Amino acid sequence: MSEAQRISRLLIASMKRRALIPVAIAATMLLLAPAWAQEETPPSVTDQGAEPADKAAEPSAKEGDNAAAPPPKEAETLAAPPSTEKETAHESARHEQKPKRFDWSFAGAFGRYDKAQLRRGFKVYKEVCSSCHSIKMLAFRNLSQPGGPEFSEKEVEALAASYKVKDGPNQAGEYFDRPARPSDRFPPPFANEQAARAALAGNYPPDMSVLAKARGYSRGFPLFLFDVLPGFSYQEHGVDYIVSLMEGYEDTPPDVKLPDGQFYDPYMPGRRIGMPPPLSDGVVTYDDGAPQTIDQYAKDVSAFMMWVAEPHLESRKRVGLGVIAFLLVFVGLLYYTKRKIWTDVPH
Amino acid sequence: MEGHSQYTPKSGFARWLERRLPILSFMHDSFVAYPTPKNLNYMWVFGAILSFMLVAQIVTGVVLAMHYTPETTLAFDSVEKIMRDVNWGPILRYAHANGASMFFLAVYIHIFRGMYYGSYKEPREVLWILGVIIFMLMMATGFLGYVLPWGQMSFWAATVITNLFSAIPVVGTSITTWLLGGYSVDNPTLNRFYALHYLVPFIIVAIVILHVWALHVTGQNNPSGVEVKNIKKETVPFTPYATLKDSVGIVAFLVVYSWLTFFVPNYLGHPDNYIEANPLVTPPHIVPEWYFLPFYAILRAIPNKLLGVIALFLSILITAALPWLDTSKVKSASYRPMFRKEFWLFLAVCVGLGYLGAQPAEGAYLWFARVFSAYYFLHFLVILPLLGKIEKPEPVPESIEASIVRGETSHV
Repeated sequence: MSEAQRISRLLIASMKRRALIPVAIAATMLLLAPAWAQEETPPSVTDQGAEPADKAAEPSAKEGDNAAAPPPKEAETLAAPPSTEKETAHESARHEQKPKRFDWSFAGAFGRYDKAQLRRGFKVYKEVCSSCHSIKMLAFRNLSQPGGPEFSEKEVEALAASYKVKDGPNQAGEYFDRPARPSDRFPPPFANEQAARAALAGNYPPDMSVLAKARGYSRGFPLFLFDVLPGFSYQEHGVDYIVSLMEGYEDTPPDVKLPDGQFYDPYMPGRRIGMPPPLSDGVVTYDDGAPQTIDQYAKDVSAFMMWVAEPHLESRKRVGLGVIAFLLVFVGLLYYTKRKIWTDVPH
Repeated sequence: MEGHSQYTPKSGFARWLERRLPILSFMHDSFVAYPTPKNLNYMWVFGAILSFMLVAQIVTGVVLAMHYTPETTLAFDSVEKIMRDVNWGPILRYAHANGASMFFLAVYIHIFRGMYYGSYKEPREVLWILGVIIFMLMMATGFLGYVLPWGQMSFWAATVITNLFSAIPVVGTSITTWLLGGYSVDNPTLNRFYALHYLVPFIIVAIVILHVWALHVTGQNNPSGVEVKNIKKETVPFTPYATLKDSVGIVAFLVVYSWLTFFVPNYLGHPDNYIEANPLVTPPHIVPEWYFLPFYAILRAIPNKLLGVIALFLSILITAALPWLDTSKVKSASYRPMFRKEFWLFLAVCVGLGYLGAQPAEGAYLWFARVFSAYYFLHFLVILPLLGKIEKPEPVPESIEASIVRGETSHV
C-alpha cells in the first residue's frame, strides 16, 4: 500500500471516530484565531459595569486608543484579496468603512442589559431622536417590563399622560386627541411618510423599532465563521454600526461633492447621509453622573435601540442557559447508557 | 427483512385491537424489533434527527400560524407582535427560523452520507428517489416560509425566484402571473405562499412515511456497504440499540440547535429582513438563505437566463439519477480508493459554490462559480460513470461480521 493510500486510510479511519471532527475544527479555528485577534479586537471602550465616577474618568483616554487604531478599511465584499495600498485607497473611496467594535453589556451568552444605560438611552431618544424617528412598535408599558429600563408603573403612567394620541371615532363620530395610556404605543412624530419628507428636506427617517437588527455588515471570510461560536459569538453588528455612524461624521473631503442637505459619514453606505449630526456634547442632561459626551450618548441610545428591537433578550438567554445545561447533562447520561447497552455487542 | 411478526399482544385490549387493526404489531416491527446492522456509525443518526426536526418545525409552525397575519400591510408587524407580545413568542419564532437551517444542515449531512457509502445503489433506488423528492419539497417549504415575514429579503427573494419561471419560452410569463396571482409579488402572492407553506410540510410527512417504508423493506445500508447476510449475527434490534444511539445523536444535535436559537438567533438571517418589504427599494445584494446558496451560484454562473434556470433545476434533479450514474459495483467509499478522494473534492466544490453564491456575481467570483458549476455536473455525468469502470476497488469484506472483525467500524 502506498504512502498516500495509507494516509487517506488513516484519515477515513479517524473520520469514523467522530470525536476527532470537533477537535479538527477547533484546531483550525485556533490556527486562524491570531488573524482574528490582530485584525478585529477593538480597543475596549467599555462603560458597563463600572461605577459612574469611573465612567467619567475613562472615556478621554480610551478615545485616544480608538483614534490610534482606525478600523481596517476593506471592501464590503467578503474575502477581498489582500489589497495593495493603492487598491485600499481606491476601495475606501467607493465603499463605506467597517464599523468599530464596542463592548456591550448584552453581548455573549451571559449578557444582560444595563438598566441605567437603557434609561439614559431612552432619555436621548426622547429628547433628540424622537423629533424625527418614530418607534411605533414600542408601547409605554414596555418601559416597565422586566428585562428593560424597568421604570416604575407610576413613572410610565405619568410619561404616557404627557403624550397625546389619536383615538376615535367617539359617539359623535369624531376623532379626538386624548392623553396616552401605558397600553398605547409611542405616537410617531409625523403623520405619514409624505409629511416627514415635506418637513425634512425630502428625507424619511426610518422607524427605530427594529433598526438595531435591520442594520449590519459582513465581517468577511473567515471572521464571519467565528461570529457563531460560543465564546466568540458576535451579534452586535447593528449597534456597532449605529454608534460608529453617529460618531463618524466628518468634514466633507475636498474631492467629494455632496448635494445640499447631505452630510459626509464614512460609515454610511455611499458615505453620505441625510441626517444632520444628531448629537453634540452636553445636549442631554444625565442624572446619574455618566459623561455627557457624543460617545456616551451614541452608545446609550444604541443600547436602548437594541432593547427595543429585542425586548426579551434577557429571558431568552436565561432560558437558553438552562436548556443547554440540561441538554449537556442529558446527552452525557444518554451516551453512557448507550455505551452500557452496546458493551456486549461487537460493532 | 423479516418474516411474520414476532409480536405477541399481552393485554386483552391489544389482542382485541390486533385482530381488527394490526397497528401494534406494525409499530413493534418497525421501531422495536426492526433489525439494524451492528456496524452503523454516528452518520446514521441523521435520519432520526430529521424526523425529529420535521415534527419540531410543524409544532412550532402551527403555534406561530395562530399569531401570524398573511396580509401585506400586517404581516411584518404581526411577526414583531410575536416577538413582543406573545408568550414564548421570540423563542418560538427563533426556534422555527433556525429550525429550518438545522433541518437543512441535517439533510445535507444525510445526503452526503448516502453518497459516501453508496446508499442509493441497488436495491435502494426508490428509497433514494423518495429522498430527493423530500429534499425538493423541503426547498419549496423553506422558500415559501422565508417570504412570510414580509421583510425586504422575503419580498425580493420571492420576486427573483418566481421570475425564474418567466424564462420558460412562450408560456413563461403566464406561468409567473399564475404563480404570483398578479403581475408582481403582492397580497395574493403572500396569501397563497402562506397556504402552501402550511400544506407542503404535510406532504413531506406523507413522503417520509414512504421513505421509511422503503427503508424498512430493503433494510439499512451500513459503512461496509455489504448487505446483511445473517440477521441473527449481524443485526441488533432497533430498540434499545438504535433508539439509544439515535437519542444521543438527537440530543447532541439539539445542543447546537439551542445554541443558535437562544444565543445567536440572527446569525443565519439577513439584517435586511428586519426592514419591511418595499417594492420601490431594491436591496443592493439579494441573497437567499444559506441552504440555497450552492444552487443560486449555479443559476448565476450561466449568462443565459433560460439555461441558468435549467442548470438550477438539473443540479437538483440529477441526484435522482445517481443510482444509474454511479457504475461501481462496490457501495462503500471505504473500499473505493479513487472515489474516496474524489468525494471530498466534490464536497469542497459544493461548499465552495455555497460561498460563491453569497458573493456578488462578478469578476473572479463569477469565474470560480463557472468552474465549480462545471465540476458539479462533471462529477455526476462523467466522473462517476467512468470511475466505476477504471477504479480497482480494495477487497470488500465478505460480510458485516468480517468487517467488524477487521476492526473497520466505529467504537464510540
